This record gives sequence, structure tokens and C-alpha cells, in this order.
Amino acid sequence: MSGPAHPAEPGGGDRGGILDREGALAKLLIAPAVIYIAAMIGAPFVLAILYSLSDATTGDPGLRLVGVQNFQAALSDPVFRLALRNTFVFTLVSQSIVIVLSRVLANALLKPFRGKWLVRFLIMLPWTAPISLGTIGWLWMFDSIFSPIDWVLRYLGMLGTASALFGANTNMYWLGVPGLAMASVILVNVWRILPLATVIQLGGLSSIPKDLIEAAEVDGATPWRRTLMITIPLTLPIVSIAFLFGVVFTFTDLVVVYVLTRGGPVHMTQVLSSWTFFKGIEAGDLAQGAAISLFMFPVLAVAAIFILRMARRTEVV
Amino acid sequence: MANLGKIARRGGLYTLLGAFAFFSAFPFYWMVIATFKRDHDLFSPLNNPFIFNESPTLDHLRLLFFETHFVGYLLNTLLVGLAVVIITLVTAVPAAYALARWARGWGETLGIGIFLTYLVPPTILFIPLSRFASFFGLQESLWSLILVYPTFTIPFCTWLLMGFFKTIPKDIEEQAMIDGLSRFGAMSRVVLPLAISGVLTVVVFAFTLSMHEFIYALTFISVSAKKTVSIGVPTELVRGDVFQWGPLMAGALIASIPVAVVYTYFLDRFVAGFTMGAVK
Repeated sequence: MSGPAHPAEPGGGDRGGILDREGALAKLLIAPAVIYIAAMIGAPFVLAILYSLSDATTGDPGLRLVGVQNFQAALSDPVFRLALRNTFVFTLVSQSIVIVLSRVLANALLKPFRGKWLVRFLIMLPWTAPISLGTIGWLWMFDSIFSPIDWVLRYLGMLGTASALFGANTNMYWLGVPGLAMASVILVNVWRILPLATVIQLGGLSSIPKDLIEAAEVDGATPWRRTLMITIPLTLPIVSIAFLFGVVFTFTDLVVVYVLTRGGPVHMTQVLSSWTFFKGIEAGDLAQGAAISLFMFPVLAVAAIFILRMARRTEVV
Repeated sequence: MANLGKIARRGGLYTLLGAFAFFSAFPFYWMVIATFKRDHDLFSPLNNPFIFNESPTLDHLRLLFFETHFVGYLLNTLLVGLAVVIITLVTAVPAAYALARWARGWGETLGIGIFLTYLVPPTILFIPLSRFASFFGLQESLWSLILVYPTFTIPFCTWLLMGFFKTIPKDIEEQAMIDGLSRFGAMSRVVLPLAISGVLTVVVFAFTLSMHEFIYALTFISVSAKKTVSIGVPTELVRGDVFQWGPLMAGALIASIPVAVVYTYFLDRFVAGFTMGAVK
């Protein structure tokens, strides 16, 4: 994709008549997309804001504006505060891990080796397979009785005997103990976003001019110095983009939490998106649900601004 | 010495890649095992869970295909996916072409604006859109999904195609117009065939994302026979509180692998698209 800076079109001026008609044609061709987006993304977004300021429920969806009391009610709700905190913890912890792992993995995938297509296919599976189905696989792996992780721990003598490292219980109850449930959700989020971040980083790493690194090598720069002075500054925009997209996808995701824990045990893994669903749809409180979902918006807006800036910058380079 | 170092580096590389591949693919291996394992073997905590302790069975597959709505889920998914692909193409191809061809300043800005709507997540839109669906009487209908899924395919596909159209030199269609084709003829007979790989990418992308979608389907559809795979498998293959792990894993596996194969092939193009061309 070329940068935004198109030079002035030569000869554009002397075909004014055609250009005028082309302008009309252009508007006609663009119109369906713009109308659809306005009707199905723009209008619902405005409606979400209106709902958040109303007292609408699924039983009585009429719009009576009641001011900001839904936001106040959300903020004074301990479950909401927990969900808000969890959303940030899940997103930041998982995406920090993803950035490190994807860098290591992208570096390895850049090297030539046999069977690359198979390795690539296996590594991309968490992103390419439908996420709800992949997460179902994890649900069975975290099973309270038949977890294979527990079986290995028992086999190694780390679980299930009085002197074992993880205690005398026969099982860990991955999704039933608050700390472990949080760790499990983070693990599945890492698993899911890692392929995406890796592909983004692969693009960034392979676009570094080889002669730059070779020149640095000739000049006697150590590997550490080369990484610090060349690779990191040159790939920082790409790494940031990988991070930001990971944040956008994890921050707004409902599937992992919904399938694994439904926010349990006792709301310990509740996130904004799941709480929006339980309040707004299952409990039928449209107004509360809309207000909760809108708490996601500022983070998304900030991420979008950074993504735009980063994309611009890399286009200049 | 140098040779030894090389072997060690090679071994390190394979170990690292093996570890990552294991981490990523293990849940799917786990599905394969459960799909063919007898219940008695599956539900014995003392049995080694990674291998077949008793001979494999096709019982779970039989149950999945003949005693659940699984085939229906696949057909529903196919129907919704194809309809979304058509709507996306009809809307995004003309828009992207116009934005790429006649865009001066405002076209670029509008293009970025359209792309940014892709970042408005379903988790904000699903509550108002559920009211839209019930307003139009589309609750419990696949039409609600067909109507709503283009919210995530159109913005992204328009952006992606815009990039493709920009790479096709203007001279080609100008020449075609000098040779007597109309503007529309030049677009449909000269430019579109050249952008075919972009169009194909959009087809795969729109279908894949429709298949992956979870939250709208969960909100709009609760009748079992109308569900798509991504919600049907996780919500329906449960009896009371008891998960039917064998058929459940079989369903997840069968629905995952074909789409994953195709998606992997196109992945680089998608990523180049939504990093806005930052990844070359």
C-alpha cells in the first residue's frame, strides 16, 4: 500500500467535465458502503449511548432519558469494579507475555528449516480456528476431574499425596480456584493472540534492510549492540502495532471468559464484555448493559489513535 | 568446533519451534484423542489421557452426526457465510475501487474513517443491534446474522481492497477506455480481473470471520436448530450440566480444521491489511 501523499495528477485540470461525472460515479459507488456503516455501526453506537442514559429494559425498551445514573450505578457496583480491574489485568498481562513470546517465535520462524509449512500451520491454529471451538478444547483440558495437566502432575508426584508440591487433592480445579482461574484465562488469551502478534512481527523483522545489519557487523558491532541500536529502533513501530491490536482484541473479547468460566468463580474472572452480556442480555437491563459496554470505549479510542500514528510513521520509513 | 556450534544452534531452534507448536496445537491434539476415545477410557482418571488405552471408536462421530443438530449447524454456518460474502463483495468492491481511483485527500481520509469503524467492537454494538433484530422481527432468524455480520466485514474488506486497487496502474484502464470501453467496462473487464487475488482474499476473510463470530449469534439465536457451529457446539452438546466431551471435541475439531487450513494460506494478506500497510 502506498503512502497517503499522492503527487498532483498530471493532466487532471484539462478534463474537468469527465472528472465531474467521475465524481458523481465515485459517490454512487461509495454510497452503499457508507450508508450501511452509518446504519449498522453509526446508528447502533448512538443508540448504545442513548440506552446508557435511559432506563430501558428488554421488557420495556422505550427510551426515557434518566441522565448518568447508569454510570453511577455501575461504578458503585463491586462486581463492575472487579470486572474493570480484571479486564485491564487480563489484557496487560497477556499482551506483555505475547509481545515477548511472539518476538522469540518470529525470530525462529525467519530462519530456514524443513517442514516450515506444518510448523506454521500448527502455530497459527489458535488464531485460524474459530475461537469458541479452540476454547472448548481448553475447557476440557481444565476439567475438574479429567484434566491432563493434573494427570501429569500426579504422575510426577507433584499432586495428590500428602507431601506433594501442590497439595493432597487429586485435582487442581483450574477454573474453580480464583487465582488459577485468572491464570487460566490469561493463558488462553496468550495462546489465542500469539499467532497474530507473531505474523505482524514477522512482517516487521523481514522488512529490516539486511545490508544495514551487515554493515554494522563489518563495523564490528556486537550482536547485543546490533539488536539495541538497529533492530529494536527499526521494529519498535511494528511491535507497538502488534501490541495495540492484541490489546484491542483481548480487551473487548467475550468468548474466552464466557466459554471457560462465565465470569466465575463468584465473578473473580468477570470482564467488562461478559458483565455487559450478563447484565444487558441475560438480565435484560439494556440501560445498564450499554453503560457498562461504553466503559470500553475510551481505551479503544486511545488505541485507535496510537495505531493511526504508528501506521503513518512506518509508512514514512 | 564451528560444526558443533552449528548443530547445537540447529537443535535449539527445533526445540524452540517444537515447544511453540506443542503449546499452540495441543488443544487440537486433545480434541483428536477425545473424538475417537471410548467413554469408559475417557472417563477413567487413572488411565493415561494422552493415548488410547482401549481400542478407538467411531461412536462419538456417529452420535454427533446423527443424534445432534451438528449437520444443521454446519449448513447454517455455510448459508450465513455465503450470504455475508456476497453482501460484502457487492458493497466493498465498488467502494474500494472508487476510493482508490478518485481519492484525493477526502478519499484517503474516508478510507481510514471506514477502516476505523472496524475497531468498534461487537461487545459495544450487540445490545442496540439486538433491539434492531427484534424491531425487524428477525430474532431467532439467520437473517439477523446475515444483516449484522457485514458490520465487521465491510469496513475491513473495503480497506483491504483499496490497497489492492491502488497497486493497479491507472494507465491500464485509461488505455482500455481509449480503446473504446466505458468507464464501467474498464472497471469490470480490465481492473477487476487484475484484482482477483484481492477479491479472493476478501471472500475467504468474510467467510472465515462469519464462521468465527460468537457474540451476535449467542445474543440473537437461542433455538437449537438455528444455531451456527461457533455457538451450537459449545452450548448444545451438554446434557443438563454434563458435557458430552466425545461428540463435543469431535464437533470442535471437524469445524476448526478446514477453515484453519484456508485461513493460514491467506493470513499474511489479512495481517498486512489490518496493520494498515505498516507490515510490508
